[in-house]
Amino acid sequence: MKVQVYVTLKPGVLDPQGKAIHHALESLGFAGVADVRAGRFIELDVADDVSDDDLDAMCRKLLANTVIENYRIERG
Amino acid sequence: MKSAVIVFPGSNCDRDMAVAIGAVTGQAPAMVWHGDADLPERLDFIAVPGGFSYGDYLRSGAMAARSPVMRSVVDAAARGVAVLGVCNGFQILTEAGLLPGALMRNAGLNFVCRDVALTVENARSLFTNRYDAGERISLPVAHHDGNYFADDATLDRLEGEGRVALRYADGDANGAVNGSSRDIAGILNDAGNVLGLMPHPERAIEPAHGGSDGRRLFEGVMAGLSVGA
Repeated sequence: MKVQVYVTLKPGVLDPQGKAIHHALESLGFAGVADVRAGRFIELDVADDVSDDDLDAMCRKLLANTVIENYRIERG
Repeated sequence: MKSAVIVFPGSNCDRDMAVAIGAVTGQAPAMVWHGDADLPERLDFIAVPGGFSYGDYLRSGAMAARSPVMRSVVDAAARGVAVLGVCNGFQILTEAGLLPGALMRNAGLNFVCRDVALTVENARSLFTNRYDAGERISLPVAHHDGNYFADDATLDRLEGEGRVALRYADGDANGAVNGSSRDIAGILNDAGNVLGLMPHPERAIEPAHGGSDGRRLFEGVMAGLSVGA
């Protein structure tokens, strides 16, 4: 089973990379972009009996640094 | 003083650290590979060196913090063994939970590699007792992810408890070195036996290095532990 994990910076945490992407978009002539936040996408291929609790623990213990990042898990 | 330097794949300051410890203490440290689950017995001091452990995969220090040897380092820190993390070592100590906060990409996005002026904020710690409070010193930095972040409550607690050991003192036109919250360059754990800092004291041990302000940090550890060479 494929599981998608989206790791994003918490609101209020400065995102220098997002800012740089934003500036680059503007320099390419794209108007109307108010803000850019960059994150990380991780796809796991796991056995069907891996529990939601296990997936949550994987995120808390390694995939995300919960000091600065939030995560969202999507199955299937 | 019996010391150890932890070596990860991608560490590149481990030998500098070993030479610095050997020069100051007169005793070469044990070099401990990341896959070893056990540290040498009766250690006084553990250094987690700079570099790019595991290629900075996932996050700087994230993989190293979960390696077998770090469980032993965390246990040793809990027993009161002095632990120093420099640069990538600082990132590893935060990822391992030995120090609060996180080190993010530099606010200016550039890799910063130069000497920086620092203010010694706490001159009573195990690591900084050979400096004067408020003293300005110069140490080299070389990092991409040195932007210290913690929430306001954590920052207030660090400041209130005297756990900000070093602060960037530069007031130059480029602004802060890396965008760190409250210009923090190095912090202590609550027990005071763990220090993480982005600047490299091991690269400033003798005048031929371009400065020797880092030497007193290692001398301070020796003095603070009251152990001979």
